[in-house]
Amino acid sequence: MTAQHIVKSYDEELKRLTNAIVEMGGTAESQLAQAIQAVAKRDSDLAGRVVRQDAAIDHLEEAVQNQTVRLLALRQPVARDLRDILAAIKIASDIERIGDLAANIAKRAIALNQSAPVRPVAAVPRMGRLAQQAIKDVIDAYVEHDAQKAIAVWQRDDDLDDLTSSLFRELLTYMMEDPRSISPCAHLLFIAKNVERIGDHATNIAETVHFLVLGQRPPAARPKHDTSSYAVVEPPAEDETQAAAPKDGADIGRGKP
Amino acid sequence: MTAAAVAATNQPIKVDIRNLDFFYGDNQALKSVSLPLYLNCVTAFIGPSGCGKSTLLRVLNRMYEMYPNQRAQGEIFVDGENILDAKQDLNLLRAKLGMVFQKPTPFPMTIYDNIAFGIRMYERLSKAELDERVETALRNAALWGEVKDKLGASGLSLSGGQQQRLCIARTVAIKPEVILLDEPCSALDPISTARIEELIEDLKKDYTIVIVTHNMQQAARISDYTAFMLLGDLVEFGETAMMTTKPKQQKTEDYITGRFG
Repeated sequence: MTAQHIVKSYDEELKRLTNAIVEMGGTAESQLAQAIQAVAKRDSDLAGRVVRQDAAIDHLEEAVQNQTVRLLALRQPVARDLRDILAAIKIASDIERIGDLAANIAKRAIALNQSAPVRPVAAVPRMGRLAQQAIKDVIDAYVEHDAQKAIAVWQRDDDLDDLTSSLFRELLTYMMEDPRSISPCAHLLFIAKNVERIGDHATNIAETVHFLVLGQRPPAARPKHDTSSYAVVEPPAEDETQAAAPKDGADIGRGKP
Repeated sequence: MTAAAVAATNQPIKVDIRNLDFFYGDNQALKSVSLPLYLNCVTAFIGPSGCGKSTLLRVLNRMYEMYPNQRAQGEIFVDGENILDAKQDLNLLRAKLGMVFQKPTPFPMTIYDNIAFGIRMYERLSKAELDERVETALRNAALWGEVKDKLGASGLSLSGGQQQRLCIARTVAIKPEVILLDEPCSALDPISTARIEELIEDLKKDYTIVIVTHNMQQAARISDYTAFMLLGDLVEFGETAMMTTKPKQQKTEDYITGRFG
């Protein structure tokens, strides 16, 4: 692979940095998996554990920051080494956010368990699997210095965006049909959004890996598929008696101050 | 690769080195080196000891002609004129391309005369004019404040960093167009080094500068273009910003990151 530094301790420090990132990635991936499971299985104990374990990722990030500061100050890195260290800082901060979002999903799982199950929950595990795969693949791409693999993750984020948009619509419809479901569905909206954000952080990491390997960001902006920001669901048709009333009259009535 | 770099800049080329070979007797020290030096830019030559970077610098003002058995082949155009041409006046050439060496080399004379000596060789000036030129040169080299009250003292009485700035002042005094710096900071402490880096930044407004340095961080800080040489070959030439983040050649990356076997 790559030649060794003349100064061996430099290689060891860079290796430690890579290991810390891999450990962070693995932890975040498992946190997400457990948070999703807590939602799907309505397991509040598991959710509680996920919330408590988030501190571990924060500590790892702090360790990465300390190591990078030391490397920058002592080695004055250039070229590949500089990109390595910059990438570690950025990736660590993305993974830390992924950890926060997973913890937030777990907190909402606990809230969700206070009310009766709602049907759209069924879509969450599939979204979770996509996000989890994205984290796994992008960390693999980081370790293997594989820009192609990173770009694949970057492009696949569309699937997650599409799922988020469709779940968003489904939830809006569900809430309109049954106001008692508003509380759990609101939590589910945030859970879906959190998973979608985790996918975005994975694409950020993919961009960083691209820079790490090739020295530049991916050429074009990624096409955005998450349309939930623009989603509008019309209320269901009004009931029979109102519908039978003359249409003009109804319009005038609504227009009155 | 050079062509790409040329296309990327709008700066005119001050010195154009083309297919330059150089020999110490039978030993070829430069192998068909071609690169441009852009006007009012700092170009750094980097590479391990013995790669030919100092040789290249010495060819630029034909310093090698002082030694037997050394010869150059190829072309070096300064403002379109081939300076390797036999008809080239060497004194004028060396006035146009001033050089500062690795170790400070003040003349064993007063600070004032260190500067005035070169000016007197090329120009005839009144005392007042000469005084002004000496002061301007010392100011340009960021040394005036430290020596203005002792211009009659020996140049050798100054500290190493001050001596080096005196040598730069001496070079600047004869109004060259290109300044060649051969490891100007290698014998200096960090403060003197910082002063000279600041000075280079300042001088490039008026001059085209070439610096040979072993300090990769220094090259990254002060140069606009970097040329990486290895065993007499020019391995890579390009914008310093690119060379320090993503060099094109594996050899360059290995060298600047300290992975050289």
